[in-house]
Amino acid sequence: MGEFAYVAPRSVADAVGVLQDHANNGRRAQVLAGGTDLLVQLRGLDKAPRTIVDVKKIEETNRLDIGGDEIYIGAAIPSAILNENEELKSLLPGLIESADLIGSTQIQGRASLGGNLCNSSPAADTIPAMIADRGICVIAGSGGEREVPVEDFCTGVGTNVMTGDEFLLGLKFPRPPANTGDAYLRFIPRTEMDIAVAGAGVSVTLDGSGTCTAARVGIGAVAPTPLLVADAAAALVGTTVDDEALAAAGAACSAAASPITDKRGTVEYRRKVVAVLCRRAGAIARDRALAA
Amino acid sequence: MAEAVDYRYVGTSPVRPDGVDKVTGRAQFGADQNLPNMLHGSVLRSPHAHARIKSVDVSKALAMDGVHAAVSGADFPSVQSGEVGGEGGGDVADIAKNVMARDKALYHGHAVAAVAATSVEIAERALDAIEVEYEPLPPVLDVVEAMAPDATLLDDNCFTKNLPEKPDKPSNIASVMVLARGDLDAGFEQADVVVEGEYRIPMAHQGYIEPHACTATVNEEGKATVWCCTQGHFEFRAMTSKILNWKIGDLKFIASEIGGGFGGKTVVYLEPVAVLLSKHAGRPVKMVMSREEVFRATGPTSGSVCRVKIGAQNDGKITAAKAWLAYEAGAFAGAPVMPGAMSIFAPYEIENFLVEGHDVLVNKPKVAAYRAPGAPQAMHAFEVALDDIARQIGMDPLDLRMVNAADEGTQAPYGPKFPAIGFKACIEAAKKHPNYTKPVPEGAGRGVAAGFWFNIGMQSSAEVRINEDGTVIVMEGNPDIGGSRASMGLMAAETLGVPYEQVKTYIGDTESTGFCNVTGGSRTTFATGLAVVQACEDIIAQCKSRAAATWGMDDDQVEWQDGQAVPAPGVNADVSPLSLADIAASAPKTGGPILGRASLNAQGAGASFSVNFGDLKVDPETGAVEVLSFTGIQDAGKAIHPAFVEGQMQGGAAQGLGWALNEEYIYDADGVMENAGFLDYRVPVASDLPMIDTQIVEVPNPSHPYGVRGVGETPIVAPLAVASNAVRDATGVRINDLPLSPPRILAALSND
Amino acid sequence: MSKMHIRTTINGDQVDFLGSPQQSLLDALRDEVGKLGTKEGCGTGDCGACSVIVDGRLVCSCLMLAAEAEGAEITTIEGIAEGDGLHPIQEKFLEHAALQCGVCTPGFIVATKALLDRNPDPDERTIRYWLAGNLCRCTGYDKIVRAVQDAAQELAHEA
Ligand SMILES: Cc1cc2nc3c(=O)[nH]c(=O)nc-3n(C[C@H](O)[C@H](O)[C@H](O)COP(=O)(O)OP(=O)(O)OC[C@H]3O[C@@H](n4cnc5c(N)ncnc54)[C@H](O)[C@@H]3O)c2cc1C
Ligand code: FES
Ligand code: FES
Repeated sequence: MGEFAYVAPRSVADAVGVLQDHANNGRRAQVLAGGTDLLVQLRGLDKAPRTIVDVKKIEETNRLDIGGDEIYIGAAIPSAILNENEELKSLLPGLIESADLIGSTQIQGRASLGGNLCNSSPAADTIPAMIADRGICVIAGSGGEREVPVEDFCTGVGTNVMTGDEFLLGLKFPRPPANTGDAYLRFIPRTEMDIAVAGAGVSVTLDGSGTCTAARVGIGAVAPTPLLVADAAAALVGTTVDDEALAAAGAACSAAASPITDKRGTVEYRRKVVAVLCRRAGAIARDRALAA
Repeated sequence: MAEAVDYRYVGTSPVRPDGVDKVTGRAQFGADQNLPNMLHGSVLRSPHAHARIKSVDVSKALAMDGVHAAVSGADFPSVQSGEVGGEGGGDVADIAKNVMARDKALYHGHAVAAVAATSVEIAERALDAIEVEYEPLPPVLDVVEAMAPDATLLDDNCFTKNLPEKPDKPSNIASVMVLARGDLDAGFEQADVVVEGEYRIPMAHQGYIEPHACTATVNEEGKATVWCCTQGHFEFRAMTSKILNWKIGDLKFIASEIGGGFGGKTVVYLEPVAVLLSKHAGRPVKMVMSREEVFRATGPTSGSVCRVKIGAQNDGKITAAKAWLAYEAGAFAGAPVMPGAMSIFAPYEIENFLVEGHDVLVNKPKVAAYRAPGAPQAMHAFEVALDDIARQIGMDPLDLRMVNAADEGTQAPYGPKFPAIGFKACIEAAKKHPNYTKPVPEGAGRGVAAGFWFNIGMQSSAEVRINEDGTVIVMEGNPDIGGSRASMGLMAAETLGVPYEQVKTYIGDTESTGFCNVTGGSRTTFATGLAVVQACEDIIAQCKSRAAATWGMDDDQVEWQDGQAVPAPGVNADVSPLSLADIAASAPKTGGPILGRASLNAQGAGASFSVNFGDLKVDPETGAVEVLSFTGIQDAGKAIHPAFVEGQMQGGAAQGLGWALNEEYIYDADGVMENAGFLDYRVPVASDLPMIDTQIVEVPNPSHPYGVRGVGETPIVAPLAVASNAVRDATGVRINDLPLSPPRILAALSND
Repeated sequence: MSKMHIRTTINGDQVDFLGSPQQSLLDALRDEVGKLGTKEGCGTGDCGACSVIVDGRLVCSCLMLAAEAEGAEITTIEGIAEGDGLHPIQEKFLEHAALQCGVCTPGFIVATKALLDRNPDPDERTIRYWLAGNLCRCTGYDKIVRAVQDAAQELAHEA
């Protein structure tokens, strides 16, 4: 058990050291970014003492790099800051939209992409968008750094590939090629302040004639983990992303979904709506690609 | 009867006297009271929805460092059955068992024990050390199943009340009630169309933003002082006195500012526990509920099943109406099914009707009053069925309501004849309203419905004191939830004829002002307002007689005009008028301080009717509903402070729409509420709603000097059916049940 | 449990306090610093009653650890009024009767301040979405939105 403690290491090495030390001694440590999931959990079910390792003071988790080939987003940057970055917004509008959907203005003042991903909720809004945008997780640990594609990161409801001495440094995205557009849509019963009942992120790249040459589709809240739906992407590639292709992509999302009925929605509802969202997000992504 | 008069202050909307403190963070709410040496109390709650409590052992908790008191059901006296309180009342023996379970836990979250410790963390750890032995029983969760003769019983001693013969077997049906008139069969025979349906609505919570909180301190003499957020500190005192078997005189209750109640803060949860803990510990004890506790353990309103049958002629005349209502009481008797039954047909003149109501125990929290308690559920069913009648006979829904509208002289279904009422005026106003005459936007549907609430009077007291400089202090005992201090000030200013700015209104504690029933039932501006007006009249009488003495006249030779004493018409005297300030200045020489008072049990509250309509849009692919516009039209009698009346109408509309669209208690099979937080108990947020248009109709209440009717409760009633009827209009599909959640709508659309 | 020494600036004053490692900023403000104007409606980020501005960002103080506030500049409702007069936002809330019970009001005013500091001329939709994390159960939001609109105009006028 032990006591509650709070530490805010200033370097990756220090953070890994603290995590490793705790892991080796069977003591509990938990990484803190914006805290919008963690503090709710501390108050609710899981009140057991631990060391809270605040990773916001580390340069690598706060860095935002928009390079010629690659975009790096520090794991702990609050979504409000991402949303204020016009360049980022024009490059990956779907991803930024997904971050901008998290909670309220207040929540966005703290909530990070890294926290959204590491919390590993099936309904996390940014994960399908990150999958669509070919995101790569940069993970630091005692063995050094490793990279994992976002679609392979979550292993179940609330679980992921990281070990006890690891934490997420940031996310890398290939800079989108010309004529590429992305979009993310989710469904919630209210207009704000809800957890997704279903979500879909789509990225498409078109050629000069408007034919889709590459596509990615990620879906959320319809399976134990967010999913990359290859069949949905395949339904788009080679088409002009017209209504028919979008309907086929939507149907592929419904087929890939294995939802549950809970307080937020039913199996039937989620299956239907994920298709609708894929279609609508696909149309937005296409229009953005055409405008790009 | 009050005519349409021009008033100077009544009918204006000045800034409230407590306003500055409320926009600067100075105002003290329930959780803001801290005392030296204070402990923190926490409650252990049942993890079972239904269980026999075989034993509770708090000794290990009590032995922990920092823990100063621990209590369970055994520490509370047994309480005799009997009614307490006005709107939030019920049987005090039940309230006692709700405050702390005795032999049975009747819902998930039912209080089983409590501790007081030096910190919240220690108190919470101490709860883990309390040993409770439960024998779990099957939970009874569905109201219709609960009524079955072979249902598991919550209370073996519950025999259905009001049956023609005393039943020989106990039942979960705590009581039944019937209201009837005319010949139902004959009425249905005369009908050209008949509509029949069953309408289900789950439990919904008041959702006030401030959780329940109190701080209690008991001194060595055994005298307690309790600060709490409450709609009625006098009734909290009465309940605490009965629940603990303490003398009223040993309990002093001070109402803090209150962060919303809507009926939910008319009954005690924490206060008796805090007093007992403080008594045991010999130190002050503060208790604050978490949001989760508020959802799990404080009064929602009843979930309901209503069956309605209406017969009407092709000209719209309703020939017969029948209703069967079953309301969930939660763990103890007291569902608001009686007011539901009394209000269901109230807006209409119907010759032949029958309504049967059932108050049914289920393993859910004990319900508490919620804005127009009982009316929204029943009236939703009726107003939806009426909408179907209008469609079948091809009549405008407002015209249909006008054909049947109750008016002055109509005998209310619950007995008395209505005095002047404003229902027809509301329908007429709706018919002419620009939002009604404009076309329904593309893709949307329009819904119309009526609302009603009786309003209540009950007991109030008020004192009015005149300061040396002629400024005025009004002292009364109703916690101000929505600006009532300003309304009292306006009525006092108007009556006395002094500027509003010279009047200050205070809410006294139980020892500094006279008894007042709860702020609830839309009674405050009406009944306490009446007391304030009468206390001002007392002041005027005294001022007249002091002026008369000064001038050497008889009292009846002096009149009160525009805030001054003047010689009555025809009285020949060369004197200058004496203002309130003049009389106050000379008070030492004319009999000492000037103090007026009044106390009363107000009658003739005056029903408030409404007509609401709204345009709602449905996304046919997701079932999402968007409220494009909403209009509330309501008879306020006389709006003392129009901005606050509008505020009541807008707030009630928002609550009604929330209930209609998304709010619901969701239970798992074990009787555990699955959405005990604001993330999943979805009250409307700012971006869910449009501006809410209001029109105040003023048909003065003949029983109030300024014509006031209560306005607080009616606004929540109509929006439920407005939403249902608008969704029907938009989609062509009738959905009987609420909430109109996206999955429910999409499922209904795809059944077609 | 060992406490931490936390140094902050609150409403322009340097404020040091002792907080425990898992204590929320909200609890620290209310219990250690005596800033009771910041309210708790849920403790889980859902209601906005606890809104404060930390280093220029609007946040829920219930979802931040007190320890994270080390070195931070915090504005609470007590810091909104200017000198001995009300801030125009506060005045407009009063004028428009934008509060009934008033428990949500500190959060709304702080959130509005953060909005207007950033966007002096928000449209209705922007206002409603910005304030979607602040629940009000009494007013139906109509008068709150109007008060914010009017405050924006007033501030533009002053500027
Ligand atoms: C009112 C409210 C509304 C919300 N609405 C939404 C919504 O609409 N959509 C949505 O997706 N989510 C929503 N959330 C959840 C939450 O805000 C998001 O998941 C957010 O992105 C979490 O980020 P954070 O930085 O606050 O994470 P934290 O709470 O700090 O961390 C979350 C989890 O990830 C771990 N973690 C964080 N950073 C790292 C790291 N760098 N390395 C390793 N582990 C790490 C933590 O240990 C913790 O387990 C909502 C939450 C609230 C309170
Ligand atoms: S108390 Fe912080 S958001 Fe409700
Ligand atoms: S005024 Fe009561 S919650 Fe907003």
